[in-house]
Amino acid sequence: MWQRHKTTNRRARNTLALLYCFTTLASAATSGVPLSSTNIFAPASTPAKTIFGLSLFVLGVALLIFVVVAGLLVYSAVKFRRRETDPNREPPQVYGSTQIELAWTVIPVLIVAVLFLATARVIHAIQDAPRPAATVDVTVIGHQFWWEFRYPKLGIVTANELHIPSSDPGHPTPTFLKLLSADTDHSFWVPELAGKTDLIPNRVNEMWLDPARPGIYLGQCAQYCGTQHAKMLLRVSVDRPADFAAWVSIQQQAAVRDPAASAGKRVFETTACINCHAVSGTAASGRFGPDLTHLMSRSTLASGAAENTPGNLRLWIQNPDAIKPGSLMPAMKLSDADLDAVTAYLETLR
Amino acid sequence: MSALSVPIHQQARSWVLPDRGKVAMAALIIAESAIFTIFVVAYLFYLGKSVSGPTPAQVLETPAFYTICLLSSSITVHFAAKSLEQGRHRAFVGLWSLTVALGTLFLLGTAHEWYRLIYEHGLTISTNLFGTTYYSLVGLHAFHVTAGLLMLLTVLIFSVAGRLRHDDSGRIGVLAMYWHFVDAVWVVVFTVVYIIGR
Amino acid sequence: MSTNATTIENLASERQPWTETVHEWVTTVDHKRLGILYILYALSYLVIAGIEALIIRVQLMHGHNNFVSPQVFNRMFTMHGTTMIFFVAMPILFGFANYLVPLMIGARDMAFPRLNAFSFWLTAIGGFLLYFSFLGGSGLYGAGNAPDVGWWSYAPLPARAFSPGHSSDYWTVALLVSGFGSIGTAINILATILCMRCRGMHLGRMPLLVWLNLVMSGMVLIAVTPLTAAQAMLLIDRYLGGHFFDTQAGGSATLWMHFFWIFGHPEVYILILPAFAFVSEIVPVFSRKPIFGYPVMVGATVFIGFVSMSVWAHHMFTIGMNSYANSFFTITSMAVGIPTGIKIFNWIGTMWGGRIQFKAPMLFCLGFLLQFLIAGLTGIMLASSPFDWQLGNSYFVVAHFHYVIVGGILFALFAAFYYWYPKMTGRMLSERIGRLHFWLFLAGFHLTFDVMHIPGILGMPRRIYTYEPTRGWDTLNLIVTIGAFIQAVAILVFVCNLIVSYFRGAKAGNDPWDAWTLEWSTSSPPPAYNFASIPVVASRRPLWDLKHPEDPDSRYE
Repeated sequence: MWQRHKTTNRRARNTLALLYCFTTLASAATSGVPLSSTNIFAPASTPAKTIFGLSLFVLGVALLIFVVVAGLLVYSAVKFRRRETDPNREPPQVYGSTQIELAWTVIPVLIVAVLFLATARVIHAIQDAPRPAATVDVTVIGHQFWWEFRYPKLGIVTANELHIPSSDPGHPTPTFLKLLSADTDHSFWVPELAGKTDLIPNRVNEMWLDPARPGIYLGQCAQYCGTQHAKMLLRVSVDRPADFAAWVSIQQQAAVRDPAASAGKRVFETTACINCHAVSGTAASGRFGPDLTHLMSRSTLASGAAENTPGNLRLWIQNPDAIKPGSLMPAMKLSDADLDAVTAYLETLR
Repeated sequence: MSALSVPIHQQARSWVLPDRGKVAMAALIIAESAIFTIFVVAYLFYLGKSVSGPTPAQVLETPAFYTICLLSSSITVHFAAKSLEQGRHRAFVGLWSLTVALGTLFLLGTAHEWYRLIYEHGLTISTNLFGTTYYSLVGLHAFHVTAGLLMLLTVLIFSVAGRLRHDDSGRIGVLAMYWHFVDAVWVVVFTVVYIIGR
Repeated sequence: MSTNATTIENLASERQPWTETVHEWVTTVDHKRLGILYILYALSYLVIAGIEALIIRVQLMHGHNNFVSPQVFNRMFTMHGTTMIFFVAMPILFGFANYLVPLMIGARDMAFPRLNAFSFWLTAIGGFLLYFSFLGGSGLYGAGNAPDVGWWSYAPLPARAFSPGHSSDYWTVALLVSGFGSIGTAINILATILCMRCRGMHLGRMPLLVWLNLVMSGMVLIAVTPLTAAQAMLLIDRYLGGHFFDTQAGGSATLWMHFFWIFGHPEVYILILPAFAFVSEIVPVFSRKPIFGYPVMVGATVFIGFVSMSVWAHHMFTIGMNSYANSFFTITSMAVGIPTGIKIFNWIGTMWGGRIQFKAPMLFCLGFLLQFLIAGLTGIMLASSPFDWQLGNSYFVVAHFHYVIVGGILFALFAAFYYWYPKMTGRMLSERIGRLHFWLFLAGFHLTFDVMHIPGILGMPRRIYTYEPTRGWDTLNLIVTIGAFIQAVAILVFVCNLIVSYFRGAKAGNDPWDAWTLEWSTSSPPPAYNFASIPVVASRRPLWDLKHPEDPDSRYE
């Protein structure tokens, strides 16, 4: 009697301990204590929040089903195991039971119906959301292996780092993204802002974001697009409206003209750089590679593959394979002097 | 091991299962239908989506004559198989040869149409989406007709050489099933390409 | 019977030159030998594809690792997936079907033995062709290389513009060729089951393994062929200037996706149905009870066969379909979980009230039941399309499908090996080594695939050769890698068991498990002609009727 009491106590204590660990982990995951900067359970925008709510419901139902069925499985394995004391006869040969089988058909059907209805509501809420009057429109074009961002209403073309204004829930100013591709399939995934939507050539997709809290949100391409799919990173800067306006006005201006960098500018414009790259207000108008007009306003190079420092920039131009092997930027084979000049020029493009 | 004991009345009932040749051919036909379905879906999906080049309405002519050839070859092959079952060898050879002739006429008709499309209208498989889907679908069918004709020809040679027996009528029936399938596919392809597609 | 030169046992003692033996095996049309050839072929590729997985895991052990280049990594995951699906899972399941179906229906061989051999060799050649790409495919730099477009080869990535050289052609042609092999085997299995059952075995008396392989074969006919068609279209694009998937000419990338997944989703049901078959045969024998609810098990199987053809676009929830399409595929994908769940209940119902023996086959079945339950539940999560918009194409999906394929199918396969190895070789596999294999593999499996769900939740996409160390995925990936190596060791233990037991295992006799289906009525291994005289059956468990003449099943069915 005493032994059983002690065992029950130990079991109870262990169960409580497990429950505690699970709760801590769960609350850490859901409270935004950074386990990661790309946690789907730390939503910061309505689409991600709506999905998060649905996912908790689905997880709850799944957990319930698991506990019941796994419990029955473990119970039957333990209770009906063969013991030495068993007679040498076979157990009763039961072929089935219509009532039981009916019950365990009807219940799953009901569960599926409930799950489906909950899901359908969220599908419509996100995909068929009405479009308010004040939106920021961005056209996202996926390339191998970088992101092009155009703001058609604002006359801005930039790359790899997306700036959007925060959206006040009382006065929503969501950003609507139009998703296109220049080559193969890509996918835009910033987990804390929304579910992913693919960029598919010859097809136009749409998604929207409305983060309330300013900050940097990270993500990356989520559809295998070739060699450097892994380094097609996303960096979304959610700015306060005033900061966003300031960023826009800088981006709308033509490139900075710094006479000290004219040597580098000449190298840039007389080698193959301008075939792929554009710098507004100059002769460079290539569209195959990222727009470099305000290269220095970005914190990373090569779609997040390296920090935007002069050393990295020089290395990138000299030998892209050292940073992102397989990217479509060719090694420019410039002399050291030309390399330094071009780097200095690009460093002036704020 | 001795046979398991079964009450006599159960043993007396006959145990007849389907013919495995027919089942296998039916299964093959199902599989082939799936392949053709995908090509038909692609054809229908891409209707009107070509970015350039000739459209179906501009270049296609209804292949009435050789469609009739192919469809009547189903009738002749049916009666040929029946003749063999009934032991009428000469009728079989005649009807079977007619089937081969009609099938060959169909292929010649297709060849003629393709010649016209390529040389008079400049439509090839690489011209545009219509060209790609048209030649693929019709070509896939023509390939199956060719394979069928080769098999029919082989049987013809065997029967002319006197090696075909009454027992073979089962196998001939299976081959006839394939030929009927090829004709049925043509009905679908014809409808999709020459009726819906224009 | 003792002078029969074609039983494996006698072969070992016969003094014939090894060239004779090889010739016999290469030219065999015996379903049992072809079955074994399929299985051995698949096991070899399991080891190769497993090594590819280990290379992937070492590279991903921590962020910014440099174990392999991105180009090599991309080939590794492409080859790993392609090999495992087409040259491990399909052949090994066809191998077991080939071996067992004729025996279980009381037939002497398959309906078309020569087609059987032809189909096997087509599949085998497909596998060799795929791996020849390491030597023969010429990429941008002229060296040989394997395909690197992922096992789905999403157009337009395999188009000439993005995949110069022949690497993606090896993928296309190898699968095209082995696809014809699969279709041939499916036709054969269908014809065998429908036309060659022994007297008294009407459809309602067939073992569940036979039913499940029947439905599986039907599905192969209409699921593999769309892939064949799509690959033909891809070849037309690459070599004849076609525009099927040429987006510049108006072609559609999503059309490839639809065609691929119309194959791809039923394909995974094609893989799981034979696994269900093994469990449905083994659990009753080790619970000492008949399967609970045979008619519903059959009905659920047929229902799965049909409904699984309507769920394919749940692999495409993120491509921008409208809300009605997303809702449709959500409901069908959840619906297909119902008959699947019912099967789990029926298996538990079989155990309930039984006298369960925890021999190796049953241990693996128990692992299957728990793991398939979990896999099904993560599948329901992914079926909820908005949830999939976050979880799709992430490591959560990778964890889910490995849970099904490794935790489900491979565990069921291990159970099948321990159960039928005695029948195939006449010797028992070592029960002790079997337990070591089970516990080691269970530990490694759970360490890897339980943990693997988490990086997906934390935003890690799939098919990336490296990742930023600041995303919080490092430690998790390290744990996943450790589990992978534990599984590798367990596989080695298993292979050792197969080899050692072949020479030193206990003699099995006809019926070591006291089972009830027809294959246990003949010798182990069976003679070339399977049965001395074709049996006549009166119930679903003919051997139960023989062993219990006072209470035969035929009285109750």
